[in-house]
Amino acid sequence: MSCIDTIQSYAFRSLGFGERLLPRSDFTLCEQVTLIGSGMIWNIYFGVFALLTGFFMATALAVAKASPRAALRKPAEWFIFLFRGSPLFIQFFFAYFLFLSLKSSYPFFGNFTAAWLGALIVLFLNTAAYSAEIFYGALQSIPKGDTEAADAYGMSGWPRFRRIVWPTMLRLAWPAYTNEAIFLFHATTLVFFSGFPAWQQRGDALYYASYFADKTFNPFVPYPILAGYFILLTLVIVSLFGLVNRHLNRHLPANTRPRLKMRMNLIR
Amino acid sequence: MFSYCTDPSTLGGLTWLSCFLTTGVHLSFYLSFLKVLGLLAVTAPVALAFGFLGAMAARASFAPLSWLGKGYIAIVRGVPDIAFFLFFVIALDQLFEYTRHRILCPDWDQPVRQGNDFIVCQAAKLPLGSSPEWMHETYAFGLAVITFAIVFGAFAANVLFGAMRAVPRAQLETGEAYGMTQRQTFWRILVPQMWVFALPGLSNLWMVLIKATPLLFLLGIEDIVYWARELGGTKTSKFTSYPHGDWRMWYFLALLIFYLLMTKVSETLLGRLMARLTLGQATAGGEAQRKAA
Repeated sequence: MSCIDTIQSYAFRSLGFGERLLPRSDFTLCEQVTLIGSGMIWNIYFGVFALLTGFFMATALAVAKASPRAALRKPAEWFIFLFRGSPLFIQFFFAYFLFLSLKSSYPFFGNFTAAWLGALIVLFLNTAAYSAEIFYGALQSIPKGDTEAADAYGMSGWPRFRRIVWPTMLRLAWPAYTNEAIFLFHATTLVFFSGFPAWQQRGDALYYASYFADKTFNPFVPYPILAGYFILLTLVIVSLFGLVNRHLNRHLPANTRPRLKMRMNLIR
Repeated sequence: MFSYCTDPSTLGGLTWLSCFLTTGVHLSFYLSFLKVLGLLAVTAPVALAFGFLGAMAARASFAPLSWLGKGYIAIVRGVPDIAFFLFFVIALDQLFEYTRHRILCPDWDQPVRQGNDFIVCQAAKLPLGSSPEWMHETYAFGLAVITFAIVFGAFAANVLFGAMRAVPRAQLETGEAYGMTQRQTFWRILVPQMWVFALPGLSNLWMVLIKATPLLFLLGIEDIVYWARELGGTKTSKFTSYPHGDWRMWYFLALLIFYLLMTKVSETLLGRLMARLTLGQATAGGEAQRKAA
């Protein structure tokens, strides 16, 4: 089978299109690159949707945590502690078995044990908690002058938040939030190792990489391929978030704009 | 465990639960918590040592050594950590076996990699095929510890490298002005002062290390995740005298609470340690303490 054929039959294997059977012997480099790349679709799916939805919840949580009212502050603090204080791996397991037992009593939860929904919910809540802590930190470090200026213009409530507090919060939080986004994508590799079944062997990139490593007893090919894909993904995220960063700081002179800086890799 | 546990089917409520929670398999489950704590106790100092060596190498004036240190720090960035865990366990195992293979079986003429197989001579197998079960478990656990130490050593090297650079330059210059050699300045001035700068990063790392311990499960260790899955699964009266439904949710809830407690306790202790270390330092924290006193 030539490489073009392999790409045709396996490029969307992780979604269930193309050749059903995974290669079993005589693995070519092309097969490994194609299948692991096919698995990346899942990593991107989980990462993108969790980030998009988590962003809004994180904003709400951060505002709640910064609120002087205990009725708002306490639940937000507890939520953030719950998701930041425990391993994501255990959260996945717990959520999966929770959904499994809910499913047996309520048919509504039928889809929740599938990775595409159940794992997405866990990732959404998890990234909301981590980002909320970042946004909360940014809220605390908004320069006093900015809010005083808003007061001087007679702004209060929603307009003050939307036009002054929120943009400044985003601007301050953006470098840390970029990091959070990168490591959220890394965290998506845990999904299929933590209870959620890879139905019909439709898994993510690490699922296929470990499949090859198990079959060939050779970790030196599939894992570097996976690493290559993730470095590429990281570069894409950094440049996309860099564009947003430039937009957020467009009013500042070029030399005072905060630069995005890569920080170290963290497990959740 | 208790004398009234001889016939569990006649028991009910709390007495049943007390018997159920003290069965032999549950004791193994509790023992696996010790495994996690043991991993933390061994990994933390080893990773710190790796990190210290890495940071020293990265600071070295000899360029190749500095590249080596910086490369080690950079290697764990940009790639999901769990990929490293899965990679290092197989790679280290094969490295050890291959080394032993070269030493113990010099007259072996076939290649080690044959198609999809990795074949070394019998004498080079780790652990030896004839060794008892506990040797296999210890070897697997040892591999896991080395893997954790390598990955977390790189994180720690990153933190310590930053902390070494954060020590005010004037402090080092003072040391030099007193005629200390570079080695003396390093050990007497830099190292004692860098900890306060390193502590926020290191405590963060400790939290991350705690949260990384369930990954032991992926490395094939019978850890708390393994036991929670085993014990929680549905048991019929055919195989056990304590039949129950699918309780895995509750077992994982217990693990969740265990980790939350670990985090809370660590946060408190590290907060105290930080207060102790900032005492009398020329930092914002030290200044605040001085004013409050």
